[in-house]
Amino acid sequence: MAREATKGHKAAVTFLAWGVALLIFFPILWTFLTSFKTEGEAINSHPSFLFFDWTLENYETVNQRSDYLAHFWNSVVISVGSTVLGLIIAVPAAWSMAFVPGKRTKDILMWMLSTKMLPAVGVLVPIYLLARDAGLLDTKTGLVIVLTMVNLPIIVWMLYTYFKEIPAEILEAARMDGATLSSEILYVLTPMAVPGIASTLLLNVILAWNESFWTLNLTAASAAPLTAFIASYSSPEGLFYAKLSAASTMAIAPIMILGWFSQKQLVRGLTFGAVK
Amino acid sequence: MGEIVLTEVRKSFGGVSIIQGIDLVIPDGEFVVFVGPSGCGKSTLLRLIAGLEDTSSGTISIDGKDATRLPPAKRGLAMVFQSYALYPHMSVAKNIAFPLRMAGLPAEEQQRKVEAAAKVLNLTPYLDRKPSQLSGGQRQRVAIGRAIVREPAAFLFDEPLSNLDAALRVSMRQEISELHHTLATTMVYVTHDQVEAMTMADRIVVLNAGRIEQVGSPLDLYHSPANLFVAGFIGSPKMNLVEGAEAAKHGAHTLGVRPEHIDIADEGPWKGMVGLCEHLGSDTFLKVDVAGVGQINVRVGGDVPLRHGAQVSLAPQADKLHRFDAKGMAMA
Repeated sequence: MAREATKGHKAAVTFLAWGVALLIFFPILWTFLTSFKTEGEAINSHPSFLFFDWTLENYETVNQRSDYLAHFWNSVVISVGSTVLGLIIAVPAAWSMAFVPGKRTKDILMWMLSTKMLPAVGVLVPIYLLARDAGLLDTKTGLVIVLTMVNLPIIVWMLYTYFKEIPAEILEAARMDGATLSSEILYVLTPMAVPGIASTLLLNVILAWNESFWTLNLTAASAAPLTAFIASYSSPEGLFYAKLSAASTMAIAPIMILGWFSQKQLVRGLTFGAVK
Repeated sequence: MGEIVLTEVRKSFGGVSIIQGIDLVIPDGEFVVFVGPSGCGKSTLLRLIAGLEDTSSGTISIDGKDATRLPPAKRGLAMVFQSYALYPHMSVAKNIAFPLRMAGLPAEEQQRKVEAAAKVLNLTPYLDRKPSQLSGGQRQRVAIGRAIVREPAAFLFDEPLSNLDAALRVSMRQEISELHHTLATTMVYVTHDQVEAMTMADRIVVLNAGRIEQVGSPLDLYHSPANLFVAGFIGSPKMNLVEGAEAAKHGAHTLGVRPEHIDIADEGPWKGMVGLCEHLGSDTFLKVDVAGVGQINVRVGGDVPLRHGAQVSLAPQADKLHRFDAKGMAMA
């Protein structure tokens, strides 16, 4: 029996969804609007919503004071680099866990996930010392390696879930057809898992782009990505809301635009396997 | 070309023995059907031949060469799966060409062979389609096409018709048989359907609980089953098996008689009342309750005017009786 949604019910759900969405979106909107205010306006205890004197002075100051493009480039290299490196490691790993599981496969998966439950600061000192001794402090290479490690469990888990959905018989057919292991992964498994791999890639680029603990602790100037760019405007000598907002808006804009255009792919990826 | 020899082949999964010592010679060009109830190990045996599973012990040789430890790709066999296992992201042409591409054949030769296979299987109009745009029967033809372009030493079929509807199953069955006549290549075919086994096979291998019960031509198995299992498995409707005093009269522990080998006679030895009566037009299937013998299935001609509750007298044909000893083995 199909459940008939009444008009009132539909309106209530729509209203609720919009309410939740606006609640989540509000801080971003607030940041965006504040970035166009003067510092005085920004700390006004009776803030005006849209009716203030719009100004671009914060963006000018931020661009004069710091090199946005250099930070942007660092963010791109670090997030894309760590994701691609992670995928190169995770595709074969997830293949073996999904299609030739051993006795310990489930335990290994749980153990990998458990590393995500550890507070990052708990391993700050050893990783900092290792990076220092390896000469990787404040280098993009160092951050790519660390962020690959940090996000690898999620990449492996996501790919494992997608691969599980692919019938093993198709891979067996490829083996019967004379495919070697590498051609089986390259020509059969990977193309079939493209939607899953794409959403894994997107999600991990976003996670790496937003990652601020390791990027702030392991960089100083030359490899600092956009997270460090934002942080440099929340200085202890006094908060400059408007400039901080301008820096934040510039930092999150690229990833917001990427997310906007790929939201279909992201939602599909995140719910893949949950509903068939 | 494609002789397959299994010697003392065993397979266990985590201590559970699935295949318990199989010796079998499949001569080149023969159509062999593995048949048995589900869980008898027939699919596992096929996968061992394919190389998709490793044997626990024993040897498999293909074409005179030991293939026991060879990976599937190196055995020169082609397999057709129950689920078709087509590559969903490739067109029909690319699916059929995949084994050739893996073998590194030049593109023109790939195309020539794909077109030839498509012609044989009536797939030419569909070469540019994706598998999802094909019907079940067409998909199965693509899977067969992918198998024949390789010109393998032998074809392996793992219940290839189970996902098709009844009418299509009959026509695909005939197509596969015709393909065997055309190619004259060894074929090993797994099914649980004894009609498929009887109609297609040169030789049937009846498997039960990981062992071979009997190997023989379809009519061999029908006329002289080696034991009770084969007697009960081959033939439809099933052979009547009678124990007790009636069997002892013939010097056997169990007496077997096929439904089609029982006549309705004026003065037969078995008298009883007709229970279920199914008129199919060509045949009539009766279930008759015979006192002291039990329920007997009878298959008689289409125009028998019997109804539920009628009294009949049955006469089993004396030369068509099967006698089995206490261990269930056929007696001479």
